Amino acid sequence: MSTYKVPTMAEMAGKGESPEVLFWVGCAGSFDERYKAVTQAFVKILNKVGVSFAVLGPEEACTGDPARRAGNEFLFQMQAVANIQVMNGYNIKKVVTACPHCFNTIKNEYPALGGNYDVIHHSQFLQQLINDGKVALKGGGEFKGKKITFHDSCYLGRGNDVYEAPRDVIKALDVELVEMKRCKTKGLCCGAGGAQMFKEPEPGKKDINVERTEEALATGASTIAVGCPFCLTMMTDGVKNKEKEAEVKVYDLAEMIAKDMGI
Amino acid sequence: MSFLPQLIFLIILSAASFFLIKRVKFLRRNILLGKAETRNDQPDKRWKTMLLVALGQQKMFKRFIPAFLHFFVYVGFLVINLEVLEFVLDGIFGTHRLFAPFLGGAYVAAMNFFEFLAVMVLISCVIFLIRRNVVKVPRFTKPEMKGWPAMDGNLILCIEIVLMMAILKMNAADQILASRGVGHYIVVGDLFFSGLLHPIFDDMSTEFLIFIERAAWWFHIVGILAFAIYVTYSKHLHIFLAFPNTWYSNLKPKGEMSTMPAVTNEVNMMLGIPTDAPADPPAEIGRFGAKDINDLSWINVMNAYSCTECGRCTSECPANLTGKKLSPRKIMMDVRDRAEEVGKSLDAGGKGLEDGKSLLGDYITKEELNACTSCNACVEACPVNIDPLAIILEMRRYVAMEESGTPAQWNAMFQNMETSFAPWKFSPQDRFNWAEKVKEEEIPD
Repeated sequence: MSTYKVPTMAEMAGKGESPEVLFWVGCAGSFDERYKAVTQAFVKILNKVGVSFAVLGPEEACTGDPARRAGNEFLFQMQAVANIQVMNGYNIKKVVTACPHCFNTIKNEYPALGGNYDVIHHSQFLQQLINDGKVALKGGGEFKGKKITFHDSCYLGRGNDVYEAPRDVIKALDVELVEMKRCKTKGLCCGAGGAQMFKEPEPGKKDINVERTEEALATGASTIAVGCPFCLTMMTDGVKNKEKEAEVKVYDLAEMIAKDMGI
Repeated sequence: MSFLPQLIFLIILSAASFFLIKRVKFLRRNILLGKAETRNDQPDKRWKTMLLVALGQQKMFKRFIPAFLHFFVYVGFLVINLEVLEFVLDGIFGTHRLFAPFLGGAYVAAMNFFEFLAVMVLISCVIFLIRRNVVKVPRFTKPEMKGWPAMDGNLILCIEIVLMMAILKMNAADQILASRGVGHYIVVGDLFFSGLLHPIFDDMSTEFLIFIERAAWWFHIVGILAFAIYVTYSKHLHIFLAFPNTWYSNLKPKGEMSTMPAVTNEVNMMLGIPTDAPADPPAEIGRFGAKDINDLSWINVMNAYSCTECGRCTSECPANLTGKKLSPRKIMMDVRDRAEEVGKSLDAGGKGLEDGKSLLGDYITKEELNACTSCNACVEACPVNIDPLAIILEMRRYVAMEESGTPAQWNAMFQNMETSFAPWKFSPQDRFNWAEKVKEEEIPD
């Protein structure tokens, strides 16, 4: 038996190899205690399927998205240009990431600064693996027949018109996908975008994540599926706020697929 | 035959045209207070967007009931304007129902269709008034709608109701007169809707009916001309601006923020990267971000003038829904109101943009800007593709880069990013630690 491999670009370049795809982990994927499980689940899937991938490891830096949304264009571009130098240095062509904010930034905003890559979100990547039959789902795992609702991330959905890939991934698990009242183009934000993740909300009547969680709970789903690290945090906090953490779980798509694959 | 009515008509028509042109110039100048921006790429896609979204009302139909009612008002506006052409020509030439002899049976059909639309416009406007004032649909009662904006909406609906009633009344009186064989009145044929009004007028004297018919005719045409001028002072400009506004839609992915080339040059210089920028940068690079309307693009300002204050943006804004001060509709109204203020000041020989006021601070507060999650719900919701988010983000850039006025927690996030290359305070050396555990795990078969 062999162990999971997580090669870095530096290691691969040292051996004169180049992977098919760079897995962009992102800051939450690297540092957030809860969300690290998603990163681990995704690399397990990549290992199991035999995808040739690598990560930047310590050479990765924040894409700059929250700085840009908070108005600090200097800081954003400093981060972006440094990242682009690293990626271009490794001659990277294809990037996959589990974070819609990283996805949006690298895909749409790096080209203007000289970084041109084929960028896909992990929901699209997983959808392809499933469609190509590379991920053989057992469909009998803990989600079988359960009600699952999907929370659209703004930067995946409205931001980049990706609505079906995450839903296809969920449906492949042989579950009952139930939609919230506000979904797809009308999906309600979790409250974290636009750098809100990094400050307290402005004064108001309610927290946005609580509003959204109430809507998710109203579907009667036992699992809230997400495809974004910030949404994962916000929805998990929302479920705790409603004291439903025993009945309702919040999972990322990659975690659900990995669980079904028994890894 | 007296030429007096024709003369009066011509004077009114000329005066209305004169004021209208003056108003259009005023609006155009105000819109162009915004910065130059070229957005002419992909013309095919732009025409298609305009046809679908403006002409085809595609995004209106995300909410069926208001879309259905609005559709009649919209088609009524487009089609009844064909009749206005006849009105204008009749007014100039002193004729009556100029098109009737040429069109024959088609004229009766057209008139019946116009009357049907007039009735539907009337019904729709009454329902809209009920929605605003009795049912009080929440998006029409938000704080930014207090006062003039609420009055403006109601006035427009009332004017449309009165104008439509004038058409029906005119046709009814006209046809009774024709059936009595009075003067130049022509029997058009059966007009269903105005025919329902005949019992009201049947017993009236011919003289009085002529008075009613003429009064309704003058009221309708003068009313329409007055309404056209009123529109330029109101939120109702969307009837024209929806078309250029959708043509100039943002066709890029909504998640994408525009790049600031001036910043790129500086960043490249700091990092020692060769740049395409000229060796001598312009002596004065403008402001970073937007403090006032002249820092915004002219497309942002046109967006503001295209806004009809329907509030679909605000009703889908997560910040607004949870009681925060931000309302995307208010952002658009503020941009328009500031442009109006500057425009009026300039026309009066005043200080214009230098009046000591600015969009940021005097109209839009940081609290509003800071509440935005950049989720694009407002952009998606807008039936005419207005982009409030672009304005919010441009203003945040000013606050961050010119004022260093971002919230303390954001400043801490900036600092973390500068020192640890992550928004949180972690050591960059630890970035790859997540892999240690997984690398020890064995892959099951």
